[in-house]
Amino acid sequence: MRRFSPKRNYESTRKKIGYVPLSDATEKDYKRIGFKSGLEVHQQLDTASKLFCRCPAGIYHDSDDYDAEVIRHMRPTLSELGEYDGTALMEFKTRKEIVYRLNNDNACTYEVDDTPPFPLDREALDIALEISLLCKLNIVGEVHITRKQYLDGSIPTGFQRTAILGVEGEIELSNKKVRLIQLSIEEDSCREISDVGHTRIFKTDRLGMPLIETVTYPDMFTPWELAEAAEYIRFLNRSTGKVRTGIGAGREDVNVSCEGGSRVEVKGVAHNKWIPLLSHNEAFRQYALLHIREKLNLRIKDADKYKISYRQVSLNNSDLISDPVKKAFDANMHVYAIKLPGCHSILSHFTQPGKVFADEISDRLKVIACIEKPNMTHSEEIEAFLPPDYWKKISDFTEASDDDALMLLWGPEDDIPTALETVEERIQLALEGVPNETRKSFPDGTTIFERVLPGKDRMYPDTDSAPIPLKDDTIEEIRSRLPESVADRIKKMRKWGIPEDTYKYILSKNLYPLIVSISNDFGFEPKRIGTFLGHRFKNIEGRMKAHKNFNHNIIYKLFGFLHSRGLEFEIADPMLKVLYEHPKMRHESILTTINFRKKKSNDIIAPIDFLFEKFTEEKKSKNNDCATNWLMGQVRKQAVGNINLSELRQKIEQRIKGDD
Amino acid sequence: MTDQIFQGYRGRALETLKKYNVRVWGQAYIETTRGVFRGTVLPRAENDDDMHLVLKIDTGYNIGINITTINTMKETGFKKANYKIPEKEFPYSDDRPNVKLFGTGGTIASRLDYRTGAVIPAFSPGELYGAVPELADICNINTEKLFAVFSENMGPEQYITLAKAIGKEVENGTNGIIIGHGTDTLHHTAAALSFMVQNLPVPVILVGSQRSSDRPSSDAALNLIHASYAAGHGDIAEVLVCMFGPTSDEYGFLHRGTRVRKMHSSYRSTFRTIGDTPAATVRRNGLGHIKKDYNPRRKDKKVKIMPFFDEKVTMLYYYPHMKPDVLDSLVDQGYKGIIIVGTGLGHVNRELYPALERARDKGVAVFMTLQTIWGYVHMMVYETGRDMMAKGVVPLGNMLPEVAWVKLGWALGQTNDPEKVKEIMLTPVCDEITEREPYNGYLVYQGGVNEVEEFVRKFRK
Repeated sequence: MRRFSPKRNYESTRKKIGYVPLSDATEKDYKRIGFKSGLEVHQQLDTASKLFCRCPAGIYHDSDDYDAEVIRHMRPTLSELGEYDGTALMEFKTRKEIVYRLNNDNACTYEVDDTPPFPLDREALDIALEISLLCKLNIVGEVHITRKQYLDGSIPTGFQRTAILGVEGEIELSNKKVRLIQLSIEEDSCREISDVGHTRIFKTDRLGMPLIETVTYPDMFTPWELAEAAEYIRFLNRSTGKVRTGIGAGREDVNVSCEGGSRVEVKGVAHNKWIPLLSHNEAFRQYALLHIREKLNLRIKDADKYKISYRQVSLNNSDLISDPVKKAFDANMHVYAIKLPGCHSILSHFTQPGKVFADEISDRLKVIACIEKPNMTHSEEIEAFLPPDYWKKISDFTEASDDDALMLLWGPEDDIPTALETVEERIQLALEGVPNETRKSFPDGTTIFERVLPGKDRMYPDTDSAPIPLKDDTIEEIRSRLPESVADRIKKMRKWGIPEDTYKYILSKNLYPLIVSISNDFGFEPKRIGTFLGHRFKNIEGRMKAHKNFNHNIIYKLFGFLHSRGLEFEIADPMLKVLYEHPKMRHESILTTINFRKKKSNDIIAPIDFLFEKFTEEKKSKNNDCATNWLMGQVRKQAVGNINLSELRQKIEQRIKGDD
Repeated sequence: MTDQIFQGYRGRALETLKKYNVRVWGQAYIETTRGVFRGTVLPRAENDDDMHLVLKIDTGYNIGINITTINTMKETGFKKANYKIPEKEFPYSDDRPNVKLFGTGGTIASRLDYRTGAVIPAFSPGELYGAVPELADICNINTEKLFAVFSENMGPEQYITLAKAIGKEVENGTNGIIIGHGTDTLHHTAAALSFMVQNLPVPVILVGSQRSSDRPSSDAALNLIHASYAAGHGDIAEVLVCMFGPTSDEYGFLHRGTRVRKMHSSYRSTFRTIGDTPAATVRRNGLGHIKKDYNPRRKDKKVKIMPFFDEKVTMLYYYPHMKPDVLDSLVDQGYKGIIIVGTGLGHVNRELYPALERARDKGVAVFMTLQTIWGYVHMMVYETGRDMMAKGVVPLGNMLPEVAWVKLGWALGQTNDPEKVKEIMLTPVCDEITEREPYNGYLVYQGGVNEVEEFVRKFRK
């Protein structure tokens, strides 16, 4: 066998494709690889009920807290246009037994598909229409409930009920407009508890909760643009004040491709801050796969006829019983030695940071053949744990040449045929380029295979639901109470002089309406309110634990109180700290708690002369600022709430100047 | 022709399509007051309004366009969908039993019907094999579509056709028969065939699905697999209903055709044997016998077909304070037999007595069954019961009301002699009246009780 270092191969291939870490990447890098991406943003709506049944929405329970279980197997069906969906066929191959756990508090017979749907929740529809209008979408005349097949078991019916509300809209980012393809309203899926071997367990608490999905065109050409678009859509959804927040309430699917690659969907990204790294790595993974294709195509002429070859390793092959083989035998598994013709140096080819092409195979073995990892090892492991002479024996056993790569695969006997098919198929796909996949994301920015990317062949009209007409009156009524757009809000805040560093917080917490109402109703300056909310309130929220009854209206009422009592703005901060933990406490009592006493401004200013003299006696500093600061410190406590602090400062400064 | 081009559209929507010369399956560009829409015009369900066009947009979703919002539209292309269940040749083998599948219109495998928006069944062996390839491991299936009616439209005419077809198929030497059937009146048909087809040498299995086969979680495929096993390999040569045992995809029950009833409007496990246990459970690879006494499979072909039915039979569901004119008018309409579904142990109010006497005097056969579904008619317990028997009302033991209706039609189809009718009704053919009710024949447990909750959590998948 020729001398070959998988580790060096990994490094050199990474270099060859020009992988750079996200922090070092520039627009030029993305132009070079042809980065292109779009978003599917999922957002739960804050309704009382689920979408197609009258179970309460938003009540979650622990995985072990259930009243009953139901088992289902999924079987692919034809789409409306008469095609089987590719994903559906893959999932059927996996032969999963799917278990659903039901809790009577949040699931009924609808969730497990033992009762047909009830009429679509009107509250959810209204919220979704409001968001559709904010997205400037063309609203449909009639809502048609469609079934979108999901055979992974995440929905017990085997399909998600979903409906388009609008098409062709746009959002406005700082530098460009991003086009929207569509917005749909749909039922949320189950939460997975576990997926081991042929059994996948779900809980049904989240199932059926109303969700919207906003889909953009692939108009984003850098990871940062992508993140900005995701943030914008999040803020837009939240600007209605009628969507859920918190873990899992908003989730993004990120569609990424590089030039010559394919659309790959990175699923369920829970935090927008993960988006840049995930999309960056995915684009480079595709770029690496294209490089692999180029290499393979030089060696393998007839891609259509590509075949792997394999031999079963049995107890008789005593010289092949290595450690992993022995372990597999102990677990009652079958072991196969596989020759991958023409794949030398491919298995250790860079794909993602810390990952190689062999991982693409192993990931698929887990998902499609249901063989838990580790399910294979190969001749190009970066950290080799089987010596080269062992692989020489495998090479002889499989009659391999230097151009080939070698694999050992193990699993339960029943899963072996699917496993071997899966290995061969992955190499065939490598000869074509980048397979259309959905991939699961990890916090470290890497992804793994989840399933074949479903197409439009999985759509089917819902024969259980009648179409819902959307009248002009309904739409105009909703339009009449739309909040300002996020772009307009940003422009306004800039005009008012609210510092930029507060925008993200204000928009994500939807505090903008509070600024406007406090300003309109009580005459406080928007700049001060915005700054207060974006700095002081954020600070309080970061450090203290809110009482469950605390809400934004309590801040509004606080400023109403300040206004009616003629108190100055600065008292809001200490008062809010108390209200945050005791939202029902009377404002007067809070004033007592924080030792506030009402004083006339003259009474506060009065001792300044005396204090200044004291300052000049004791401190030798000639610095006026120093004097002002010291004086402010002396009177501040009585001043807060009684006099505007910047006015007080001016008065002190004047006094000092006057003395000069 | 217009029907073909503008499938399902009518009224104003049809006019709009004609005005702009856009066909169904045409790709349309539509400018509306709500913006521009592009997509393929789909057929519209006939019962939907005439104010909207249905469009499949590029992402595969369907939307509706209100025709009053349309400023202009034009057809930019045309592509008709070819909806077809993939047909594969059924791999017949001499090693496997031959099973005949009769189609009546249920949904074992199905496709979309644009006319009604509902689903219509696929049926040929090739289509079935395409949809449920596992069938080929169990038996050789041949199919015959006897009629295509929805379950609720099945009736005596169809029972007779089915009975005769079964007789013919047994003569032909089949190893088993499956009848695909909608679920709503599956148990009525099962009862009818239990009476009309006697001394069966092979199983006759009625099967349906509670979830149409156009959805991935349908029970259709598994029910069909179970039915194929029961028909091809099972030892119980009786008319049986084969449907889900639990709501999970686990096993099916084989219910005796005269003791089974649909008990939930939508659950998969809707069919239950009433007042007894099911005959057996069935899985992909075997039967689990529950009842020990059954008619075993035989080699001969000596089946007895009794295809009789008189449609002048009816059921009267009693309610408090029912007036005698209700009963009188049935008698006046010429009904020869009436099944009363009475309260409690089998009672009606005193006000009805004169009408009962009148019915008896006119030679109408009147029988008593129960609204309680479970239990026996006991007309000797209270005086009212004894009064009614004196007026000619005959108690039918624990015969289910629907079964009693079927049997009375079958009996009157054979004779008009009141005594003979009574004799036929009271002589059980296949457990429609049982001598005893086992303790586990009535198990309607109530939720909320600890031990029941524990059972549900652990075992009732």
